[in-house]
Order: sequence, then C-alpha cells, then structure tokens
Amino acid sequence: MAKYDVDAEKLKTLEDYIDSIEQKEGALIGVLYKAQEIFGYLPKDVQLFIARKLKIPAAKVFGVTTFYSYFTMEPRGKHVINVCMGTACFVKGADKVLEELRKQLNITEGNMSPDGMFTVDSLRCVGACGLAPVVMVDGKVYGRVKVEDVKSILDDYREGGSTQ
Amino acid sequence: MPIRMELLVCGGTGCQASNSNRVLEVLREEIKNANLENEVSVLMTGCFGFCEKGPIVKVMPDNVFYVEVDEDSARKIVAEHVVKGRVYQEKLYVEPDTHEKLPEQSKIPFYKKQLRIALRNCGKIDPENINEYIAADGYMALGKVLTEMTPEGVIDVVKKSGLRGRGGGGFPTGVKWEATRKSKSDIKYVICNADEGDPGAFMDRSILEGDPHSVLEGMAIAAYAIGAQFGYIYVRAEYPLAIHRLRIAINQARELGLLGKNIFGTDFSFDVEIKIGAGAFICGEETALINSIEGGRGEPTVKPPYPAQVGLWKKPTNINNVETFANVAPIILNGADWFASIGTEKSKGTKVFALAGKVNNVGLVEVPMGTTLREIIYELGGGIRGGKKFKAVQTGGPSGGCIPAEYLDTPIDYDNLTALGSMMGSGGMIVMDEDDCMVNIAKFYLEFSCDESCGRCTACRVGNKRLLEILNKITEGKGEMEDLEMLKELAETVRDSSLCGLGQTSPNPVLSTMKFFYDEYLAHVRDKECPAGVCKELLKYYIIPEKCVGCTACAKVCPVNVIHGEPKKVHVIDRDGCIKCGQCYKTCRFGAITRK
Repeated sequence: MAKYDVDAEKLKTLEDYIDSIEQKEGALIGVLYKAQEIFGYLPKDVQLFIARKLKIPAAKVFGVTTFYSYFTMEPRGKHVINVCMGTACFVKGADKVLEELRKQLNITEGNMSPDGMFTVDSLRCVGACGLAPVVMVDGKVYGRVKVEDVKSILDDYREGGSTQ
Repeated sequence: MPIRMELLVCGGTGCQASNSNRVLEVLREEIKNANLENEVSVLMTGCFGFCEKGPIVKVMPDNVFYVEVDEDSARKIVAEHVVKGRVYQEKLYVEPDTHEKLPEQSKIPFYKKQLRIALRNCGKIDPENINEYIAADGYMALGKVLTEMTPEGVIDVVKKSGLRGRGGGGFPTGVKWEATRKSKSDIKYVICNADEGDPGAFMDRSILEGDPHSVLEGMAIAAYAIGAQFGYIYVRAEYPLAIHRLRIAINQARELGLLGKNIFGTDFSFDVEIKIGAGAFICGEETALINSIEGGRGEPTVKPPYPAQVGLWKKPTNINNVETFANVAPIILNGADWFASIGTEKSKGTKVFALAGKVNNVGLVEVPMGTTLREIIYELGGGIRGGKKFKAVQTGGPSGGCIPAEYLDTPIDYDNLTALGSMMGSGGMIVMDEDDCMVNIAKFYLEFSCDESCGRCTACRVGNKRLLEILNKITEGKGEMEDLEMLKELAETVRDSSLCGLGQTSPNPVLSTMKFFYDEYLAHVRDKECPAGVCKELLKYYIIPEKCVGCTACAKVCPVNVIHGEPKKVHVIDRDGCIKCGQCYKTCRFGAITRK
C-alpha cells in the first residue's frame, strides 16, 4: 500500500467505510462526505487514497471535490460559522454581520481565525428567511442577528469565556 | 379517557430557530404536571408558514392560534386555556390596523386568501407519524391508482388537470410523464428534485419537513404512470431537518408496505433512496442533477436527448420538483376538473410562494394562480415593513427579475411573469423598499450566478464575469455611459448563447432592472450618486449645521482626520480626503450627519 501523509487510524475508518459499500459506481460523493466527516477536510492524500480505492482517476476525485462548495481542501476551525447570504438575509444586512464576525475574530485572509477556533464562511439560503439575517454555528440557527449580537454568539462557543 | 384536546407546535426550521423545541417540552411538562396527559396531547407539526410570528402553537379543536409563544407563555397557555378553558389573550395575533385580537387562523389576513393544496397537511399533522398522514386521506390516491387506474389513465388525468412543473420552467407535468412512459426500457427512474437552491425560496423545504409522505406518494404515482421501479430524492445538504424527516417517512412507508415490493398487493414495486447534494446551485438543472447522482461533477449536458429518453444511468428518467409531486395525490382524489377550475387559463392550481424581504408578514403562502402581486404583498404580506415605500418585488431568484410598482396588479402566472422579464422560478418572492439599490441587487444576483456557474460553457462562465465587472465599475462610481450599452448587449448575448437554464436566465436580474429602473443606473453613471444610499463609494457625508452641537465625537473617530471644527461649534467634513467609512455617521448621537 502506498504511503499517505495522513492519520493512519482515520484512514482505516475511511477504508472500512468504502469496503462496506456494495455499489461503488456513483458512490464518490457519499465517500467524500464521509471522508470530510472523518478528517474535517479533504487533503490531497485522502483524495488519492479514495481514487485508488474506488479505482477511478485522481483527477475525477479532485474535479468533484473542487466542484461542490460543501467540500474543502483547507483545514477548518473547531467551530464553523456560516452566514446566510441568501437574498432575504442580504437585504437585511447579512454582509455587515459577516464583516463584524471577521473583524472580531481577526480574520484578514482566508476564513479561519488565527487561533484555529472558528471558520467563518457564507452559504446560500438556509431557508429560514423569516428570521433574516441568519447565522448558523455548527448547525445551530441564530435568527435576526444584529451586529451587536456577534460578540455574545461567539462567547457561546469560546471555552471558559473569552480567550481573546 | 379519549384525547379531548391537541396542541400543535410548529416544528419547521424557522420556528425551531425561534426555540419551538423548548416550547414543546414546556407544554408537555406542564400538561404532565396538571395530570392531563391522557386527555391532552402535544404534537410537533410541520411549518404553518407564518414564520414571522413563530413559534406558533395551535389549539384544536378550539381552533385558537397562538403566535410568538415562549416558555413563559407556554405555561400560561396550559394554565389558562388547557386547564381553565379560557383563551390566553396575550399571545393572540393582533391585526395591526384595527388592533383586534384574532384567535382564529382563517380570519388572520395572512391566511385569508390562501388555498392550500400542496401545503394541505403542513401544520396539521405530525410529519414523523405516517398514521397521521393516512388519517388525512394519505396514500388513498396511490391505492386508487394501483387498483383502479391504468398508467395511461393516470397520465391522462394529470394532463387534463393542467399541472405544470413547480420548480421553475413550468413544463406540463402530464406531458413529461407521457414522454417517459413512451420511452422503451426495462429500467426507468423517478427523481424528486429537492435541490431548492434559489436564495429566498423555502417552500420545498417546508413541504419535506411538514408533509414528507405527500412527496413519496406523488413519486410512487408517477413511477406507476411511467413504469419506473426506483426513485431518488436529491435534497440539498443545507436542509438537515428535511433529510431527517424524509428518512423517517421512507422507513415508515416501507414498514407498512407502501414502499417496496407488491404495493397494495399488486405487481407494482417501488422504492426510494435519498441522495444528498453537496452545495452546487447548478444541480437543480435536471441533467446536472443526474450527473451529480451518478457521483460526478454536476455539470449540465446538452438537451436533447432529454432525461425522458436518456437519463440516470442512461435510462429514461422523469424528474419533477417537490411541490409538483405534492400536488399529485389531491388531483387523483378530487379529479382533473377540480384542479383545472382553480387558477388562470394557462396556469392551473395554486402556487406556494416564499414571501420574504421588507414585508411585514414573512412566511410561506399558497394562493391560486392569478392572485395579484398586490394581494400577496399588501393583503397577505401586510404591506411594507416600517411604513417604507415599495420599490420592487423580485421573483424567480437569480433567474428572475425585479418587478416595479406599476405592475403590482398583474395576476401571477407563468406566462405573465415571463412577459415581465422575470419568471415564476421556484416561487421565491423578495420584497424590496426604497432603501434597496437596484444596481446593487442586480450585482448581488450576478455574484451568485458567477459563483454558481459550473464553467462548462463560455457564455456563462466568462460573460457573467464581465457583466459583474461592469456592474462593479458602476457601483464604484467609475461607470461611463457606454458601459450601460455594453451591459445590455452582453447580457443579451449571455442569455441567448448559454448552454443551460442557469446561463440563459442569469442576465434577467440585470436586464429587468435596466428596463424598469434605468434612472437608477443613470444616477450611478452620470451623476455618480446612489439614490438609495447603498453603494458605499458613491456616498457623500454631510454635517447638518442646525443639528451639530460641536461635541467633537465625529472628529475623534474619523480615521483620516478630515472632520474639522472647534469644540461647541459646527463641524465640517472635508470630502476630498473622506474615505466613506461611515464611522462619523454611526457615532453622532444628534443625527447631525447625513449621507446621500
């Protein structure tokens, strides 16, 4: 077996999952989901491993990974914050909330805070337009978020109060 | 003792985000404390649609509709209404004009003009219990179809009903079924398109969360009609609750033999699998969706051949959207004539709209086709929030356009909206007021289309990018008059030469705003002004001398030190050096700083 520069135990979990799939044709997206769940993101070696296991070209795996916005090749923070940028949220000032989040977390480049605690991203409409603007943290929905609320939302996830 | 009372708690995503789960727990605790568990049941239902006033609790059979219920008022509802039999007045809906309290759901203006077919069970039944769906005539249509009708007969009814695809294009559903029926193949597929990607549209989510069996039943009927044995529901990953409830629904239907082999003791077998999307708007396009289910990049392919001939795994495939499937069972049970009697000449039945934006009552509404925009926005929607002036309503998401005030009396149907340069789309309806800049809105949608363009064809991949660059230039105050001509010409080129629906409709927001709000474009380009005061680079900050008290607060926060003036005297902004950061505007406590 080729050497992969990733956690061996996690790789084994992924391998067991792939082995458990009967119908391998069309399984790629499901496998990538699982891999991202295990590793938190999809580094190059994980993609290579998947390609060899499924007996498909690595280019195809890379093509699919980069096509869908759900998949990421960058490590993510401990908590993932998604600001809804659907139209309803946008017209109610979601862009200002996003700006404030990035400011409070000192994010200037990329999406992750320097302490690795948070990744801030935007997504397209969670369908809770009645509560616009909406922020999702690890799947929990916060509705009618104002710029002033940003600090208290972040505090909910900062261990033992503020670390910054 | 039989159950004498039911408390229905909304469990849609909107109400859950407003803490309806906790309200449900409190109601159950209080009922237990009052020893009424055997007489009163508490149920979590699907979306009531009135997200604005959530969490919602409805008491049956008293038919009392409580809004904005929190933990405290949940306790009071039990103490007052359930125990003492008195309506708890504090949480009734208050009609904003008359200040009258309206306990009955059907009297509330938001519900008055609604006719619920696709949403018939949402907010009425527990979506996680198949027996509740069956009690509401669920799976009766499937039974009728399998035991009394031929596949051709089913197609005939659907064709005569005039049902058209609710996902956007409005293609006649019966014709689509017939085409798939006629394709010869041993294996065929039915796909439910639940990749509801339009920002601001959430009707499919609400149906899946509130009444998942109505979709499964519609799919099974379609499968029988076209001769399919297997179905997929392609649902977006952003809808975890919908996926959860669909899984429950599929398992319960399998247990009762309503999915699986030999349904209702006939030769018909049908089963369904959920496929979860991975965040690509283009996958709502049917050929792209098929590529995605096959595990590849969700890029569209050239049509023809249509999926009805060559679809999933190269087999004939019928794809309809969630709301379309939810309409099927009522059509079978009530007949084609009943359905065709609702709506306009060419658009039959009802349509669910997700009303959002600057309107008082945000939520889901289902109205007969032909209802006017004005009725939806002003009667159901309760008018514009904060007494502001209506500017436009955007329908059809990134594929649609912005419709101005002079067309508010247009009866809504597929063809009227298309004639206005917009489209029905999946039914998003975003209301905009005087504070929204239409150039900026066009830019917002174009950014979306650029992000979501799959990159396969040049017109969409490069054309939209160039359109966005021109719009950026205009909103930054660097636009020239010839940019406007170029914008229009290029938008038309992208529309006419793109491969799939995404590219063909992506210029609609630009073209429709240019058509109806050309003066705003002119103001940006010629006068370098943004009339709505949105485009930052075009804003100019002024100090109103009469209001300025000379507190110096603005001068202190100005990062570039361009505000001058002595303490207790009127200050002045030197606009040459101003970077338009807006700090002074935010800081002034006297409302003395204005921007235009």
